[in-house]
Amino acid sequence: MSSGVAVDLEDIWIRFGDFVAVKEANVAIKGGDFFSFLGPSGCGKTTILRAVSGFLDPSQGQIRIGGKDMSGIGPNKRPTALIFQNLALFPLMKVWENISFSMEVTGASAKQRRKRADELLDMIALDGQGDKLPSELSGGQKQRVAIARALCANPDVLLLDEPLSALDLKLRQHMRTELREIQQRVGITFIYITHDQGEALTMSDNVAVMKAGVIDQIDTGHNIYDHPATPFVASFVGENNVFRGRVKEIKGNEALISTNRSGDLLSSISPSQVGKLAVGDDAMMFIRPEALQLGPAKKSSKTTISANVINEEFEGNSFSVFLEGDGGKSVKMSVPNGGQDKISDRGEVLSLHYNANNAVAMPAGELASE
Amino acid sequence: MKSDSLIRIALGAYLLIFFSYLLGPLLVMSLTAFNSASFPSVSPWACFTYEWFDVLLRDKHIRDGIYYSVIIGIGTVTLSVSMGLAASIVLTQVWPRLRSTYYTLIIAPILIPGVVLGISTLVFWDRVGAFLGVSDETALYGLFHNGLFLTILGQSTFIASYAMLVFVARLQRFDTGLTEAALDLGATHTQAFRKILLPFMRPAIASAAVLAFLASFENYNTTTFTIIDYKTLTTVLAQKVRLGINPSISSLAFIVIVLTVFAALVFEATHHNRKRKDAIAQGKVTPVKKGILPPFMHGNAAAFGLVALACVVIVMIGTAGKHDPQVCKADVREARMLETERRIKVLNETRALREQSEPAESTPNKPALAPSGAFGGVFAPTNLTEDDAEPETETPKGGSGAFDNVFAPTNLDTED
Ligand SMILES: Nc1ncnc2c1ncn2[C@@H]1O[C@H](COP(=O)(O)OP(=O)(O)OP(=O)(O)O)[C@@H](O)[C@H]1O
Ligand SMILES: [Mg+2]
Repeated sequence: MSSGVAVDLEDIWIRFGDFVAVKEANVAIKGGDFFSFLGPSGCGKTTILRAVSGFLDPSQGQIRIGGKDMSGIGPNKRPTALIFQNLALFPLMKVWENISFSMEVTGASAKQRRKRADELLDMIALDGQGDKLPSELSGGQKQRVAIARALCANPDVLLLDEPLSALDLKLRQHMRTELREIQQRVGITFIYITHDQGEALTMSDNVAVMKAGVIDQIDTGHNIYDHPATPFVASFVGENNVFRGRVKEIKGNEALISTNRSGDLLSSISPSQVGKLAVGDDAMMFIRPEALQLGPAKKSSKTTISANVINEEFEGNSFSVFLEGDGGKSVKMSVPNGGQDKISDRGEVLSLHYNANNAVAMPAGELASE
Repeated sequence: MKSDSLIRIALGAYLLIFFSYLLGPLLVMSLTAFNSASFPSVSPWACFTYEWFDVLLRDKHIRDGIYYSVIIGIGTVTLSVSMGLAASIVLTQVWPRLRSTYYTLIIAPILIPGVVLGISTLVFWDRVGAFLGVSDETALYGLFHNGLFLTILGQSTFIASYAMLVFVARLQRFDTGLTEAALDLGATHTQAFRKILLPFMRPAIASAAVLAFLASFENYNTTTFTIIDYKTLTTVLAQKVRLGINPSISSLAFIVIVLTVFAALVFEATHHNRKRKDAIAQGKVTPVKKGILPPFMHGNAAAFGLVALACVVIVMIGTAGKHDPQVCKADVREARMLETERRIKVLNETRALREQSEPAESTPNKPALAPSGAFGGVFAPTNLTEDDAEPETETPKGGSGAFDNVFAPTNLDTED
């Protein structure tokens, strides 16, 4: 098995006429990494992947695979294999012919091809189904055939374009672990595209979050979740409560933000934004629902928010309490289910405490639309 | 409720009229192929016969015509299917802004009258020859003035457009992602074309080929100009119509109709069968248990029709050798003779009656001409136009003499 090779995107711009689909993308993907592009629909994820696999040339910039410049090299000459968003299995070929197509074009004998296809069918737990047509497989099975077909080409880099989006929840979760296992087994570089943040966080070593053609942040899943760099990332990845305000004071990597509703609140500054936030700037502060805790009323504290309860929902492992927040938006608090009947009553005023380390402040910006 | 059934009756009547309008001529034509009358006709029905098939098979012109029609058909199919395929691929992949212009350009030959295409093909290749400066003796000159070559090219100009329309319809359903997937897996563009696009296009190629062959086979307008010293079935038939036809043409039509119906039924039956198999594979339909009928005929009307048609054709071929219409023909001849004699008698009697009333006038001519003159009455000048087409074979030998006397003075008597 090949140990994966690195993929570098250097200052990539991709334009369709006047429309800029990808803007100034700089990405360094390590060999053997499971790397995800995460972003809402239409943000340019597929476009980046097509540029990497060679189906379109970036308008500007350089793509290197294993250190080698890929400009002018066609998709059939690149060491990549792409799993298409719609799978693109060949409908007129049997499953085993589909899988071994990459060997057929190099002139391998039918016997060799069949042998390799059977090995791969074994690996994807579809042994004995080689003689079916793709139309006779279930969605998850097609998925696995597409993966096997791509792996059969022995690529150095496997590109996956939302391969799980068509599957139902259970199967999707199952396939996540399966994909991760396959990646660890074959050890090649995976570049994975998704608009599902759960998928990106569970599977990836590193994630790039995109918004309308721009890459906002590249980091580990952990850091993306805990230290989002932009309001978009903070609101797109996971649930978050946003507080708008003005910077009143800055102390090291902490800022005091005066909000309309909750008074002055203390927050850490997102590591990448330290130094970019100045006193008097419009700022946004984010606190995760699970970082809020019930506590006694302490009016003076800079890490306390008091608000009226709007309603409460029981979610099994936790309670979600919604309180009145800024500008018509509610503040959500998540309380683990410890056996209590309920957390609060409607209209009750609660005091919510948080640790300033768990709050992130950054310059104000665009939020992900719900 | 009442108006409902009224509508249904009206609809039924309409369908009846519609289908008799569509199929009536074919049915009548088929029947005339089996009537021994020497002009294609159904009534009066003379004798059931297969002899026109025999006449047809012995006709060298028709045989040559069919032979060249088939050769030209094959050439046209090859040329127009490949040109149409190329054109359709370009059409679905060209720059969108040029697409409609390109489409109009390619579709134009269908809109241009075939006659114009024929003449321009002829003129164009003659000019090409002149431009290249080829002299009369060279092979190239021969090629540029060869009827087969020119006809294939001439027909292909517009048949390729038909083929392209068929291909475009199919290509619009092609997922270009499949070609990309093939390229991604290391296939060259040629391999992607051969292994992915071509298999996908196969059904369309088959239908385009059939369409092209039929269009070529039945083409007259273009062919008549480009064929020069060769002949195709259509040009032979056109010539025959000009010179007067006999029912052997009906027998040809009958063969063509039977073949067409046969092909349609085969297609329908296999199509039905395939759909059924798919449905069974997907578990939508349960396969039938063993019955009296073979499984492929289950609920398959086309397969029934196919078997029935095959039986009829086999019976016809089987009886063709044994069936001898000579006896019947003799009977018909005799019946006619008797009929003629009866009429002569009637005429004689009326004449005798008349003579009694005006004895002086017609006495001189009477003895010699009486019988023939009477017969001539049947073919009186007013009847002449429709009856002269009926060739001699049917008419008793004796009658022809009488025929000559159509304008005999005695006839004038019967006129008033
Ligand atoms: N060939 C093209 N010509 C013009 N615009 C294009 C083309 N391909 C993509 N785009 C535009 O580029 C943008 C990004 O498209 P892309 O397919 O990369 O989105 P995506 O992030 O993959 O979305 P999704 O999650 O829905 O698949 C879209 O606005 C799309 O309209
Ligand atoms: Mg996409």
